[in-house]
Amino acid sequence: MPDATFKIFRGDRGGGKLVEYNVPIATGMVVLDALHYIQAHQAPDLAVRWNCKAGKCGSCSAEVNGRPRLTCKTRMDALPLNEPITVQPMKSFPVIRDLVTDVSWNYRVNRMIPPFTPRADVEWKMDQRDVDRVQEFRKCIECFLCQNVCHVLRDHDKGEQFGGPRFFVRIAGLEMHPLDGLSRTDLLKDALGIGLCNITKCCTEVCPEDIQITDNAIIPLKERVVDDYYDPVRWFLRKLKGKKRK
Amino acid sequence: MNEKFETHEHDVLIIGAGGAGLRAAIEALGQGATVAVVCKSLLGKAHTVMAEGGIAAAMANVDEADDWRTHFRDTMRGGKFLNNWRMAQIHAQEAPERVRELEQWGALFDRTSSGDILQRAFGGHTFKRLCHVGDRTGLEMIRTLQDRGVNLGIDVYMECAITRLLKDGERVSGAFGYWRETGRFVVFKAKSIVIATGGIGKAWRITSNSWEYTGDGMALAYEAGAELMDMEFVQFHPTGMVWPPGVQGILVTEAVRGEGGVLRNSEGERFMERYDPEKMDLSTRDVVARAIYTEVREGRGTEHGGAYLDISHKPAEYVKRKLPSMYHQFRELADVDITQGPMEVGPTCHYMMGGIRVEAETAQATVSGLFAVGEAAAGLHGANRLGGNSLSDLLVFGRRAGLGAAEHAKQSGPVTIDGEEVLEATREMLEPFERPAGESPYNIHRDLQEAMQNYVGIFRNEDDLTKGLSELDSLKARADRVRVEGSRLFNPGWHLARDLKAMLTVSEAVARSALARKESRGAHSRIDYPSYDEDWSRQNNVILREGDEMKLKQLHITETPDELRQILAEEKS
Ligand SMILES: Cc1cc2nc3c(=O)[nH]c(=O)nc-3n(C[C@H](O)[C@H](O)[C@H](O)COP(=O)(O)OP(=O)(O)OC[C@H]3O[C@@H](n4cnc5c(N)ncnc54)[C@H](O)[C@@H]3O)c2cc1C
Ligand code: SF4
Ligand code: SF4
Ligand code: FES
Repeated sequence: MPDATFKIFRGDRGGGKLVEYNVPIATGMVVLDALHYIQAHQAPDLAVRWNCKAGKCGSCSAEVNGRPRLTCKTRMDALPLNEPITVQPMKSFPVIRDLVTDVSWNYRVNRMIPPFTPRADVEWKMDQRDVDRVQEFRKCIECFLCQNVCHVLRDHDKGEQFGGPRFFVRIAGLEMHPLDGLSRTDLLKDALGIGLCNITKCCTEVCPEDIQITDNAIIPLKERVVDDYYDPVRWFLRKLKGKKRK
Repeated sequence: MNEKFETHEHDVLIIGAGGAGLRAAIEALGQGATVAVVCKSLLGKAHTVMAEGGIAAAMANVDEADDWRTHFRDTMRGGKFLNNWRMAQIHAQEAPERVRELEQWGALFDRTSSGDILQRAFGGHTFKRLCHVGDRTGLEMIRTLQDRGVNLGIDVYMECAITRLLKDGERVSGAFGYWRETGRFVVFKAKSIVIATGGIGKAWRITSNSWEYTGDGMALAYEAGAELMDMEFVQFHPTGMVWPPGVQGILVTEAVRGEGGVLRNSEGERFMERYDPEKMDLSTRDVVARAIYTEVREGRGTEHGGAYLDISHKPAEYVKRKLPSMYHQFRELADVDITQGPMEVGPTCHYMMGGIRVEAETAQATVSGLFAVGEAAAGLHGANRLGGNSLSDLLVFGRRAGLGAAEHAKQSGPVTIDGEEVLEATREMLEPFERPAGESPYNIHRDLQEAMQNYVGIFRNEDDLTKGLSELDSLKARADRVRVEGSRLFNPGWHLARDLKAMLTVSEAVARSALARKESRGAHSRIDYPSYDEDWSRQNNVILREGDEMKLKQLHITETPDELRQILAEEKS
């Protein structure tokens, strides 16, 4: 089979450039296989993150020909091979080295979210239909591709005021858990700035787990915030009880 | 101590952030200890995240007749009675409580029609026993534990690799490692250390395991003087992907068979009828893996050298709901729609039953202050692990290791770090950069995988194992001359050079133990000794370091108490 030409970002915080590599193609090969081939034969120090090689861990995110992808699920036969394939690190996060970026900001945002807090005296029974809705959000593999494409983070650099789609998904999973008793609308409105999201749906488009981030997580959460803050009766009740409605 | 090293001090240091390490951390923290967790990847990316099929626990939500006794018996039978019976007992008794606890921390399992946790059938389990979330149970487990741990306040040091345990006389005093990002060195000082580093699958060519599975924890413990046990028992999972080449070895969960999938050879025959007519496709993994291997060797394999696994007789919607990640994995990586046609599958190196020898109640290893848990520890699974018994192992013994480590820290006085030992550790790490010439670690790794695959695989014999051992000798010599290019900034070649050392140590332990056990039992199949041996049924192989030599000894298994013996003798109800 023919060779494919890659142009891969090599560099660190101080800068870098695209470097060309040739890789022989095999049947069914994915971009991550090519990166491994380059490590083994041409550039042993090429920095790449990966673990499962099967789309389950969310480690191998990068931008392939400018599109945010899991490299372990990007088939070479789906890419045009008559021109070089570029592989670059996710743009919205600072580069550490080559394709590895500093995603630690995400872990800091995550720490702010109050965990699952069951209502008092719950009986641990749940209907599969109620669980289905929440399981969609729990599929998230934390690839951070949605964070990478969201323009609020990417173009406007609002990391200090905006939690980003990944964490709206996480909060949706907690808020809609059939047995959870805590309200997180304060956090959504203030520290995580859900109001800044203008529903462009770019996040949903890149999610490798097909989570309907905007329709199923963000919009319902925005509605909860509106209800809690701008419906005077609810507002009053919430101040009184500090609990979420069921 | 040498001032120039970044040093962190905690009561308990946990190496590994999979289910075992995180569960241990939560428990140790609950006991009032200060706790650090170190891991090679980002938090949440450990092997546990990939687990698919489920957690085994006798909750009896689906089959009311299930109870801990049956789970205990199944585990012992699956392990061919080489298991530590006390661990198997504790595991079966405590697993249901640990699963309920996970639910109370926010995990959302699939439900029965009455609203309880749903359980599915799996190989070797008498009853429907695996609590699951579709085929992504591990993701649910690790997120739940990680969110809880972080919220409680454990300190997590991500992308940091430990390369040496430090000792203060006979007890452990800390660990030495480097940050992957910067390549800078770091010292952790602790009174108790829990090893939760997982397995060694990356020493084989065809494996379901990630780059992390290089046996680090076992090698670290061995170097520090701890004993390893049952190292000959390596589980080859019967169903890994075989095609296309890039995905060879990637796991196809046993849940496919649990949900009704059947195996066939190229002649369309359900060949398991010949190997285990009673349990058929849901026989234990050792049996199914050998069956597929044999079918292929005897010319009844598929186009790409595997067997067919077919679940397309079930409604497409059902398959997509119960096995969503399998559906996507095959559609996207192999162009196969599993709701329409069969998958091709073959054995893949999957799990290490052996590991660090520990005490059943506390998970303490044979060195003071050192604990081990999860896939890195030995004992629970004996000669063969049942599916689903790993995730429950992580929870049950993770909790116990956390308790044991916190307790030990409370009772021991301050430890000191030996500066000389730290300097030696830095020298070891820097050497590969300093050599003017030498081989690439990738070449040596490739040859190691080839050697283990060919000589220490599913079927073994004296010739092959001897050849394997001499291969390992020459690989060790080559690894001593390995050279690394580039800088210390996130340099995978450098990291592999270090991981190679661990893999070579642990691979040698595997090959030596396999050579010593002159019988076939569970996952260990000797062509030259094809049957059980009475004497060997009462012995565990133990590996330990004496000076620079690897020594092997046998340890007599303690008598099973009468009440457990009775349970084992009962026929299934
Ligand atoms: C694809 C797949 C599917 C599976 N499905 C199931 C299933 O359905 N049911 C079941 O019971 N079992 C299953 N298993 C087995 C089970 O998932 C693993 O045995 C289990 O998750 C291991 O957990 P652990 O906590 O021991 O280790 P891991 O989760 O692997 O964690 C190991 C940790 O140690 C860290 N580490 C390693 N070395 C170092 C070092 N030198 N320095 C610092 N940190 C280090 C790693 O970074 C990682 O954080 C499956 C395994 C695989 C591969
Ligand atoms: S929908 Fe909202 S969160 Fe998603 S990319 Fe657009 S602005 Fe960002
Ligand atoms: S929501 Fe989707 S895109 Fe975002 S981190 Fe999770 S899996 Fe990735
Ligand atoms: S390597 Fe795990 S998602 Fe790509």
